[in-house]
Amino acid sequence: MSVLVLCDHDRGILAEASLEALTFGRRLANDLGVTCNGVLIGEGADDASTSIASYGADSIYMVEHSLLTDYGPAAWGESLVQLVNETSPIAVLACGTDRGNEVIAHLAATLDAPFVANCLTVDAGNPSSWLMTRVQWGGSLLEDSELSTDQVKILTVAHHGIEAEQTNSSSPGQKESFTPELEESVTQTIVTDRVVLTQGITLSTSPVVVGGGRGVGSAEAFAPLEELAEELNGVVGCSRAVTNNGWRPHSDQVGQTGTRIAPQIYIANGISGAIQHWVGAMAAKNILAINIDPEANMVAKAGYAVIGDLHQVIPAVLEEVKRRKS
Amino acid sequence: MRLLVCVKRVPAPGARINITADEQDVDAAHLGFTTSPHEECALEEAVQIVENHGGEVTVLTLGPAEAEEQLRYAASVGAHHFVLLPVVEADWDPQRTASALTKAVQDLEEGSEPFDLVLFGNESADSGGFQVGVRVAQALSRPMVNGIKGIEMGEGTVTARREMDGGFEVYKMPTPAILGIKEGINLPRYPTMKGRLASKKAEVEVTEPTSEQGGQTRVRLHRPEEKVSETVILGKGPEAAPAVVDLLQELGVL
Ligand SMILES: Cc1cc2nc3c(=O)[nH]c(=O)nc-3n(C[C@H](O)[C@H](O)[C@H](O)COP(=O)(O)OP(=O)(O)OC[C@H]3O[C@@H](n4cnc5c(N)ncnc54)[C@H](O)[C@@H]3O)c2cc1C
Ligand SMILES: Nc1ncnc2c1ncn2[C@@H]1O[C@H](COP(=O)(O)O)[C@@H](O)[C@H]1O
Repeated sequence: MSVLVLCDHDRGILAEASLEALTFGRRLANDLGVTCNGVLIGEGADDASTSIASYGADSIYMVEHSLLTDYGPAAWGESLVQLVNETSPIAVLACGTDRGNEVIAHLAATLDAPFVANCLTVDAGNPSSWLMTRVQWGGSLLEDSELSTDQVKILTVAHHGIEAEQTNSSSPGQKESFTPELEESVTQTIVTDRVVLTQGITLSTSPVVVGGGRGVGSAEAFAPLEELAEELNGVVGCSRAVTNNGWRPHSDQVGQTGTRIAPQIYIANGISGAIQHWVGAMAAKNILAINIDPEANMVAKAGYAVIGDLHQVIPAVLEEVKRRKS
Repeated sequence: MRLLVCVKRVPAPGARINITADEQDVDAAHLGFTTSPHEECALEEAVQIVENHGGEVTVLTLGPAEAEEQLRYAASVGAHHFVLLPVVEADWDPQRTASALTKAVQDLEEGSEPFDLVLFGNESADSGGFQVGVRVAQALSRPMVNGIKGIEMGEGTVTARREMDGGFEVYKMPTPAILGIKEGINLPRYPTMKGRLASKKAEVEVTEPTSEQGGQTRVRLHRPEEKVSETVILGKGPEAAPAVVDLLQELGVL
C-alpha cells in the first residue's frame, strides 16, 4: 500500500512545489502507515530524482517511454493512469501547479474518479470518506470538502500551503523504472517548441513592487510610478481595473487572475484592495497604501499608509528619494 | 468555423467574501454577478477567431436561471447562440458539471460537424476545480491543453501558447480540440450600443441537464484567518514624503 506523489519538473528542474507535495504525501502516508513513493515522468527525470528522496520518497518510479519527451498533459496523465492501475495506491497527489493540476485532472478523468484540487489539509481517518480543506477564490475562501469514493483518492496540494520539510533519511531512495504502453495519439498535446523571453527582474520575484490602480487615471500617469520603481530597483504592478482599461499589459497584473507577488515592500497607489487583488499581494512583507480614501480596504489591511492624492504624493516621494541619493 | 465557449456565472465580491448562515454558499445578497475573467477572455478569443475566419460562437452555461444574464452579456460582445442548463442547487461538483456539459456538447453537435474548438477558462473563479475542461475533453476524446495565452488557427490544426517561467511553450494540435484559456490572452471588448440591443433579442435555449453525482461534496465554506494589523499612517498628502523615504531606507530598499 502506498501514497503516490507525482513530482512536477521541467526537463529535470524540479518545481519547488513538488517538495511541498512530497512533504504532504509523506505525512499522509505516515498517518495511513503506508509508504510514500515519488513519480517522475519524461525528459530529465534522472536529474530531478536527486533531491526527492530526502523529502520523503521511499522509492521513485521513473516512467520511461520513447514518446515521453517534453511535457505533455495526455502523455503524463496516461502514464500515471497505468502506474496507478499497476500499483493500486490508496492516494495519488501532486502539487497544485499548472502542470500538477492538469496531469491529475487527466488521471481523474480517465479513471472517472473525483479529484479535489488545491488542498491544505486532509483527514484520512475514515477510509471511504476523507475530509479535506481546500482553497477557493484563489485563496480568499476555504472549503471543507468530503471526498467519498472507494476508488483511489486523488488530490493536489495548494502551493505555499505547507512548508517543504526534509527528512533525516540518508537512504538514496530506490529507483524503479516503469514503462507504460502509450498510443501515438498522446503526442497531440506534447510541447513542440519553446520560446524563451529573457527578462530581468520579474513581478513575482522583485523585492520592490510599485503598484497602480484605477486611481492612477491613465497610461501616461504611470510615468512617475515607473520612475519610482526604477529608483528602488523594482518593477511596476497594477490592478485589473488598469489592465481592463488597457493602461498596462496583463503581465503587470497582481491578483487572483494575475501574478502573486512577495516583495519586501508593495507600494499600492490608488488601489482599493478588492479581495481578488489582495490574494495576489498579501504575501508582501510590507505594504504601503497611498489612497485618498482612508476607509479603503487596502489602507485598512496595509501596515503603512499615506492618505492623499497619489499624483501629489509620488512626485514628492521621488524628489525626496533623489535628494537623499545625491 | 464553429466554436463553443463554456462560462460560469459567479458573484463579484469586493473587499471581502461573506458566507451565508448555513455556510454552504457565498452570500451574494448585495453582490453583482459576472463571468470569470478567464472565461471572458475565452469568449473574446472565440469572437475574434470567427471575425477572422468566419463562423459562429455558441456559449454554454450551467447555472441558475439568472445565468441568462451572462449569456446576454456574451450576445452583446458578439456571440451567436446561447444555451442554459438550469440547476437549482448551489454549485455542482466538478464531475457532475462535466458530465452535464459533455452531454450538452454532444446534443449540440448532433447531426453536424463537431465544434472546431471548445474553449474553457483555466479554472472557475469561485470553486477553482481545475478539471471540468479536461473531463469534457476526455469524454469527447479530444486533445486538451490548459493555461493557454495565445491561439493561431491553421488548416485543421490549432497552435496554442502557454506561459512558463521566462517564456512560453508551444502546442500544435489537430482540431477539433479543447483549450483552457487564461486571462491576458486578449483584452475583452466592451459591449457596443448595437451589441446591447442585439443581446435583448438573443434567444436563449434552455435544456434540462442530465448528470450523475460526483464524489466530492461541500461540507462548509469558511474564511481563512486574517492577520489584523494596525495601519501606521505616515501622514497626509505630499508632506508624508520624508516619512515614506525613511521607511524605504529602514527596509533597506533604498
Ligand atoms: C473572478 C475575479 C477575479 C479578479 N481578479 C483580479 C486580479 O487578479 N487582480 C485585480 O487587481 N483585480 C481582480 N479582479 C477585480 C477586482 O474585483 C477589482 O475590481 C479591482 O481590483 C479594482 O481595481 P482598483 O483597486 O484599481 O480600482 P477601484 O476599486 O476603482 O479603486 C480605485 C481606488 O483608487 C483610489 N483613488 C482614486 N483616485 C485617487 C488618487 N488620485 N490618489 C489616490 N487614490 C486614489 C480610490 O479611493 C479607490 O480606493 C477580479 C474580479 C473577479 C470577479
Ligand atoms: N457551471 C458551469 N457552466 C459552464 N462552464 C463551466 C461551469 N463550471 C465550470 N465551467 C467551465 O470549466 C472551467 C473549469 O472549471 P473548474 O474545473 O471548476 O475550475 C471553467 O473555467 C469554465 O469554463
